[in-house]
Amino acid sequence: MLKRRSVIACAAGALAVPAWGQFRVEISGVGATQLPISIVKFRDEDRAGQAISSIVRADLERSGVFRIVEGGGALDESSSPNWGEWRGRGSDALAAGSATRLADGRFDVRFKLWDTVKGSELIAQGNAVQAPDLRLAAHRIADTIYEKLTGEKGVFSTRIAYVTRGGGRFTLRVADADGEGGQVALNSAEPIISPAWSPNGRELAYVSFESQKAVVYTQDVATGNRRAVANFRGSNSAPAWSPDSQTLAVTLSRDSGSQLYLIGRDGENVRRLTTSQAIDTEPVFAPDGKTIYFVSDRGGSPQIYRIGIGGGAVERVTFGGAYNISPAISPDGRTLAFISRSGNSFRLHTQDLGAGGQPNALTDTSDDESPSFAPNGRLIIYATRAQGRDVLMTTTLDGKIKARLASAAADVREPVWGPFGR
Amino acid sequence: MKQASPFRYHLGAIVAALALAGCSSTKLDTDVPVESRNTTPGAGSGAAGSGANSGATSQSQVTPIDLTKSTMTATSNLPRIVYFDFDSYVVKDEYRATVEANAKALAADRKRKIAVEGHTDERGGHEYNLALGQKRAEAVAKSMTLMGANDSQIEAVSFGKERPAVQGSDEAAWAKNRRAELTPR
Repeated sequence: MLKRRSVIACAAGALAVPAWGQFRVEISGVGATQLPISIVKFRDEDRAGQAISSIVRADLERSGVFRIVEGGGALDESSSPNWGEWRGRGSDALAAGSATRLADGRFDVRFKLWDTVKGSELIAQGNAVQAPDLRLAAHRIADTIYEKLTGEKGVFSTRIAYVTRGGGRFTLRVADADGEGGQVALNSAEPIISPAWSPNGRELAYVSFESQKAVVYTQDVATGNRRAVANFRGSNSAPAWSPDSQTLAVTLSRDSGSQLYLIGRDGENVRRLTTSQAIDTEPVFAPDGKTIYFVSDRGGSPQIYRIGIGGGAVERVTFGGAYNISPAISPDGRTLAFISRSGNSFRLHTQDLGAGGQPNALTDTSDDESPSFAPNGRLIIYATRAQGRDVLMTTTLDGKIKARLASAAADVREPVWGPFGR
Repeated sequence: MKQASPFRYHLGAIVAALALAGCSSTKLDTDVPVESRNTTPGAGSGAAGSGANSGATSQSQVTPIDLTKSTMTATSNLPRIVYFDFDSYVVKDEYRATVEANAKALAADRKRKIAVEGHTDERGGHEYNLALGQKRAEAVAKSMTLMGANDSQIEAVSFGKERPAVQGSDEAAWAKNRRAELTPR
């Protein structure tokens, strides 16, 4: 089990294998300001069966905000660290903890975070969790540290969904935000595309071809209850949830052509949103729920446009290049992420949605797809190809810190980042 | 082709009979005694061949039903694939005969239905390619209606780039994947 998760950390292109190496955090580039932090191995974490401290380290490193400073010693949350020693290593912050098995089989996971410069305690927490939730406990510790030191909420305990392909099967999976702990939500012999989390985090909408055509389903992740919400004549695709989880925007061809419609989450109350002779697809709601961004080739090539949910005037948003698709809007509504083709390369771009925003390439890979923002807006997850395989990556919005997520042997694609709140 | 018609009629009769039985089942609940009256001598031994008792046919006769053929039999020899140029939805002249043969088969039998499945090559996004494939499917479907098929007989759908005919990332593979497949439903 540990071997499957074995890891290489790759800093600034150079290969470095720290002794604690547990997760593959491939980092290209270095963030402008990174807070140096040390996470000591938790007491008894080996006996708990999850490398809690390594999970916390990898989470913090992937965020791009932290630089991990190595340092050993047997510490836990009740220790009194030698401040001079930790300052000498260059750490500004230090975390240590323990995972103690309780009589009822649960684990009491405790940790403490110190400011080594001031020599003071910043926060201490304890939680009793079931063994299957030890990874979640580790992610929550990373979230607590992230929030305490940056003032913003962490996203490490959130979940992602993605589709894998292998052995003639297509599988929709739900995993931790680091790509680990994947669980199957749907297994099919036919393609599955375009998963989308409901904003309350309970359901996934997706397109399944199980009936030999594209049909939009919603599925309760916890119970497995599913229903076909859009199964009209022709193709039904590209589901996007409204912020209140009550409405889906979808692409339907029931009246010929691919056009945008709004539909109640129960499949009722269908109303047409766009009326064009062109392709209109890939709708996404702006965070305020009043605007929908989408892709249209009404101008001769696929570009990103926006329209009010009541219909009306359509406004073009992207102008650079002849192929801009797959819009995602940051949680604050200010940044557009999308895929832009240049020559034969499809690359992840961002663009400020304010006046005069220019496209900015975040990668130098050539097969990027399906960007999705973390709920705190600080990372984007996307799919790309590396060494002949589809892989998932996260990147900071400046493109400087990228991490490749762990995944099984199957090709993996169409990641979508779930909301806060697990 | 002529043999197919009575065959389908036979199937239709079975379906109608089943539907009838299904419809009347609630009424029959009160008629249990009618069933018990049928337990006459001989019915038990010939339970599986009750139809055979009424006529001259052999008691060993078995009438095969092959669902793998069914209504597709008559169209199975028709050409089924229309290929497209890059970034194009135009049905090229060289595939006019394909479209026309399928349209005529639909015009000749209004009960027949077909799905036109549009496909694209692997380049570009999943959803945009789904829409491109839909456009190809609809172009073929429209041609078929102009050649005599009814709109209600044809469903244009798309698989986008999700179901390539050929694996590979070169023009030869892409050209084989930019297509519409005509599939009896």
